[in-house]
Amino acid sequence: MTHLISLKQVSLKLGHVQALSDVSLTIDAGEHVALIGANGSGKSTLLRVLNGLHSVSEGQLQLATCRQAMLFQRPHMLRTDSLTNVTLGLWLDRSLGLRWHQAKARALEALSVVGLSGVKLQNAATLSGGQQQRLALARAWAKEPELLFLDEPTASLDPPAKREIEALVQQMIAPKDDPHPMTLIFASHNLGQVKRWASRVIYLEQGRILADLPTADFFNSECLKQHSQQAFLFLQGETS
Amino acid sequence: MSTFSDSALTAFQLITSLDPGLWTIAGRSLGVSATACLMGCAIGIALGAYLGVSRFSGRAMVLTVLNTFLALPSVVVGLVIYLLLSRTGPLGFLGWLFSFKAMLLAQVVLVVPVAAALSRQVVEDVDAAHGEQWRSLGAGNFVRCVLLAWNERFALLTVVVACFGRAISEVGAVMIVGGNIEGFTRVMTTAIALETSKGDLPLALALGIVLLAIVGFLNLLLALFRHWQDRHQQSKPTSLRGWVT
Repeated sequence: MTHLISLKQVSLKLGHVQALSDVSLTIDAGEHVALIGANGSGKSTLLRVLNGLHSVSEGQLQLATCRQAMLFQRPHMLRTDSLTNVTLGLWLDRSLGLRWHQAKARALEALSVVGLSGVKLQNAATLSGGQQQRLALARAWAKEPELLFLDEPTASLDPPAKREIEALVQQMIAPKDDPHPMTLIFASHNLGQVKRWASRVIYLEQGRILADLPTADFFNSECLKQHSQQAFLFLQGETS
Repeated sequence: MSTFSDSALTAFQLITSLDPGLWTIAGRSLGVSATACLMGCAIGIALGAYLGVSRFSGRAMVLTVLNTFLALPSVVVGLVIYLLLSRTGPLGFLGWLFSFKAMLLAQVVLVVPVAAALSRQVVEDVDAAHGEQWRSLGAGNFVRCVLLAWNERFALLTVVVACFGRAISEVGAVMIVGGNIEGFTRVMTTAIALETSKGDLPLALALGIVLLAIVGFLNLLLALFRHWQDRHQQSKPTSLRGWVT
């Protein structure tokens, strides 16, 4: 069977820091994978490697051709209106091959989906953090991605904004009749979110994968303890 | 002390009497420096923005050279351009020596490194913070440098003002390549140098005050513009539509 993503003994050095060490994993289409671990464990770096933002120093990375989108913790919006920000995101993706007016039409639809039609002409840089994250989500949604990367998308948001983003992501990743369901890979410190979204959890420490389990097994203390003592201690620390 | 008060009075009289000699020189100064600033900034900001987002072998060397050129002495620039434009020089066939074009060329050469170095820093900072998001969206180096430079347009406006300051206050290069010919290539700074050497200190200082007033007025305009932008930023976003088809 061909995997959507396949990493074989991937290592990455950023400057003098060994960001990833000997990472091997496969991810199939439709999986919802959570990357968890302490700060600096390599979650965000792994997401960036998968999104093609970092080239690996060693090892092999195989990624099937598919439409990708990535959401960052703090999205960057240009000092122009919201509609143009979303339109530009679509127009820049040459794989979509959209002309400006086509991208704009799709952007309008995306803004409506995330409930930001009312601020479509407002300067995006002046929107609240939650609204900017919704705008980033609109930019991702409009690309109809087969593979979605989220890098702690709700970490810098207040509880109401967090709930809004969670609901929208849930809507995007919910199983549909689509024969090609969306694959989600996300980094998070929020264990509740991990339970709600993920079908599989990968625990990283110092750039290494120390546990890779189905979500139910990961949150089963006995099972996790057997699998990885470090991951068990991390989870205990997070939940205590 | 009387020199200062005499100068202030002379400056006031020159300005209020709309002295044609003064305004011709001031106009020429503005013409040369504003044109050189626009041309130099167009080249320098484009170069700086690209250097800000791109990574290539030898980049550190390019940046070192660029930063060294920040301290380029204007008389050295004047001398090199003089040699290039002199009758026996490689560009002598242009016949630009002791002309407006020669002064323009000298000031462009002085402005480009300033514009490039400062805008490189502005764009590099924002690219370091957010560039990967635009890379993730599919923006290559060229698109990213255009987008981020445009996004930082207010910061770059300050760069333009700094460049204008560099150009209009420069004396060595325009003196050498322009020749300080009355009614032809005499500008504010060369006129000040000449009047000082003639011992007419009040007039020299008066011209200095006028020069300072021009730069101050332009800075005031910039401050008012930024204030207006800040107030209108929420309601009137600037459109990108013009350059994207």
